[in-house]
Amino acid sequence: MGSIFVFIILAAVILIAGLLCVTTKRIMRAATYMLFVLFGVAGIYFLLGYTFLGAAQIAVYAGGVTMIYVFAIQLVSKQTLQGLVERIKCSRLISGGLAAFAGLAVVGFVIYKTVLTLNVPEAAPAIEEVSMDKIGEALVGSEKYQYVLPFEFISLFLLACIIGGLVVSRKEED
Amino acid sequence: MIPVECYFALSALLFFIGVFGFVTRRNLIAMLISVELVLNAVDINFAAVNKLLYPQGMEGMFMTLFVIGVAAAESAVAIAIIINVYRKFRSDSVDSITNLKN
Amino acid sequence: MQYGYTIWILLLPLFSFLILGLAGMKMKHKVAGIIGTCSLGLVTILSYITAFSYFSADRTAEGIYETIVPYNTTWLPLGDLHFDLGILLDPISVVMLIVISTVSLMVHIYSFGYMKGEKGFQRYYAFLSLFTMSMLGLVVATNIFQMYMFWELVGVSSYLLIGFYYPLKPAIAASKKAFIVTRFADMFFLIGILIFGFYTHTFSFDFTVENSVREFAGAGFILPTALVLMFIGGAGKSAMFPLHIWLPDAMEGPTPVSALIHAATMVVAGVYQVARMFPLWINYAPETLTVVVVIGVITAFYAAAVACAQSDIKRVLAFSTISQIAFMMVALGVCTEAVTGHEHPGSVGYMAGMFHLFTHAMFKACLFLGAGCIIHAVHSNEMSMMGGLRKYMPITHITFLISCLAIAGIPPFSGFFSKDEILSACFAYSPIVGWIMTGIAAMTAFYMFRLYYGIFWGTENKEAHAHHTPHEAPLTMTFPLIFLSLVTIGCGFLPFGHFVSADGQAYDIHLDTQIAITSVVIAVCSILLATYIYKGEKQPVADKLFKTFPRLHRAAYKRFYQDEIWQYVTHRIIFRCVSTPIAWFDRHIVDGTFNFLAWSANESSESIRSWQSGDVRRYAIWFICGTVALTLVLLAI
Repeated sequence: MGSIFVFIILAAVILIAGLLCVTTKRIMRAATYMLFVLFGVAGIYFLLGYTFLGAAQIAVYAGGVTMIYVFAIQLVSKQTLQGLVERIKCSRLISGGLAAFAGLAVVGFVIYKTVLTLNVPEAAPAIEEVSMDKIGEALVGSEKYQYVLPFEFISLFLLACIIGGLVVSRKEED
Repeated sequence: MIPVECYFALSALLFFIGVFGFVTRRNLIAMLISVELVLNAVDINFAAVNKLLYPQGMEGMFMTLFVIGVAAAESAVAIAIIINVYRKFRSDSVDSITNLKN
Repeated sequence: MQYGYTIWILLLPLFSFLILGLAGMKMKHKVAGIIGTCSLGLVTILSYITAFSYFSADRTAEGIYETIVPYNTTWLPLGDLHFDLGILLDPISVVMLIVISTVSLMVHIYSFGYMKGEKGFQRYYAFLSLFTMSMLGLVVATNIFQMYMFWELVGVSSYLLIGFYYPLKPAIAASKKAFIVTRFADMFFLIGILIFGFYTHTFSFDFTVENSVREFAGAGFILPTALVLMFIGGAGKSAMFPLHIWLPDAMEGPTPVSALIHAATMVVAGVYQVARMFPLWINYAPETLTVVVVIGVITAFYAAAVACAQSDIKRVLAFSTISQIAFMMVALGVCTEAVTGHEHPGSVGYMAGMFHLFTHAMFKACLFLGAGCIIHAVHSNEMSMMGGLRKYMPITHITFLISCLAIAGIPPFSGFFSKDEILSACFAYSPIVGWIMTGIAAMTAFYMFRLYYGIFWGTENKEAHAHHTPHEAPLTMTFPLIFLSLVTIGCGFLPFGHFVSADGQAYDIHLDTQIAITSVVIAVCSILLATYIYKGEKQPVADKLFKTFPRLHRAAYKRFYQDEIWQYVTHRIIFRCVSTPIAWFDRHIVDGTFNFLAWSANESSESIRSWQSGDVRRYAIWFICGTVALTLVLLAI
């Protein structure tokens, strides 16, 4: 029972923060609202019982990515921070809204259709945590359904992205 | 228990809020933020499906984990590009990067 | 086979042309000239051998010389019809072989001296070889299409040779005029060939075969129309009125070229064509021969009248050529029967025309080459720069005099015999035509001797001679003159009727004394008149005539404004009324369609261009829309 309330609150936080995020004129506020969204999503993970995932979300997303964005905003949007606001063109608003709405309608329709034919496992188990050692085993194991390969790949990928980022944002030596 | 449709609905709404933001905003960073919203919506979807429909497997969770990692890396690269663009065009608005315009 | 060597008559000049044309510029002048002349020499020897063996062979049972076809290959089969290439030997083609090769050889030898030092010496000899080959191919053609093909080649060679001095504007204009006028006439020739081929299902000259020509005879006017159209083509090439306008201007080319092409060989192609198609003319279209006669008579008179007033010696000779060719055409036209013999006087025209062709080629070539020597000596074509040249150029003087006597029709020179035969044929056809032609013969004598006295007697042009004295031409130039004048003296006595006659039977030429005496008397009177007017130092009678009839003289001098009439017709009528609307249509409607297509493609692409806005967000919207649409599609399925 209580979980429903929590869910509703979290959902409200996410959606409202998201809406404000995309419609605000000040860029710093958009970053802040995004932070709220990220916290809300982490809450959803905790609700689902994925503690590790929630922790990772908070650490990586809410901590790291938001910091990156804040720094980037400080570096790039000097004029915007100083109050130069962004005007949104009306036609673009309408066209964007229309596209999003159309997409939402279609997706909603699909969900509706699918849910009717869904077979939810009857044994609705209590939300239980996934234990850490199981996660660890799966992450570096090489059996079927185990994720050492994507793990290694992700580490290389991160390396590549870091180097790429450094190269791209290097200052030209004149 | 919370029925799975609610998670779907939440995820879909967040997704399209992100899309709307991407299409509407002019500031480059704001567009990236909207992309982050999209990615988060997808993450919710993965986690919910995993837990509620296929509780015995862990694929959804790992998918979400990797998406978080990739999203972080991609944000870093995107910010680097935006910094470069700022240096060249002296503006953070996407309207200034129209070199491919007819 | 016995006449297998005849293929070399065509191949040798072709190879000579290719060698001189492709490698000529690397050779010295002398080498090129020797190559050209030697190949022509071989061709001449081969032609003589061919003629000798052909005419000394036995006649067939019917008493005619057999038509021999050593080569005939199908080149382009088109169902019923087929284009062949081959060699046909029959009396007139063998006679033409002799004429062409002899005159061409003389011109080759002559050109050694005349064209000495000219810049395009090798090119000249290459073109001469090309011309010789084309003309030889024309006369040995086995079918009308091959004749047409070589006809066009001859036209091209003529164009190239007239325009030999291409840096000069008049030469270019003259060569273009010659080519365009003859091409225009050849259009009619081609239409005639096509009609002929379509209705008779054959192009070949093999009229003795029982082919559909016979069955077709009943269809009235088709065959005469085709023949007349082909005759128009021949009239263009042979400079009949009114298509003669190109020949006087063609004198811009080098004089040996004028001698070869525009006196002896190419311009008789039309006559040869009528002679070749003669069985058809006689059997199916005898009434239409009057067309030939009428055009011939008008041309002869016109040309003779204009020649009396020209001051450029080459122009006088050109108009004289036109007039003499008209004589040959008239001779062919008055030949209304194909049976020879004394009791058929109307049939002598065929033989007379070919005989005159033979003799005329010789003495006209001699006249032109002599004119070339004179031009070489005084460096001008105008009679005003000449006069009294008999002291300086004896050989030229004597040969020129012999040829003038021949063309005037004085015995015992060859011109007398051939012209006499023509006159007797004309008288047998109709007395009016006979007397008209006699009158024109008198005019011929008159203007030729006016020319002769103007060059070799009369007042000397002392100022011009003070710069450099005219001298006799070198041996390479005088040898052909001597040779040709000897032929002129001798070939009158050839029993030509033995070789060529309307039905192929041997025919002894006999002189109709009445006509002969009449013509000689009239000729002598004309010569005396010309002597009286033009011989002396001063020419009071001529000046008096000039003062009395200034307009007539000017009209004759300007060739009775024929060129202006043609210009008027083409510019005012054809260009303005026919060509301009067609050009407008082409430029605006035909081009306009394609311009419109291109413009519309351009416009539509411009309108789509705005899709490439470079705006990432717009792309995203389209992306979303596309995904949504795809989902709907997948849902529906």
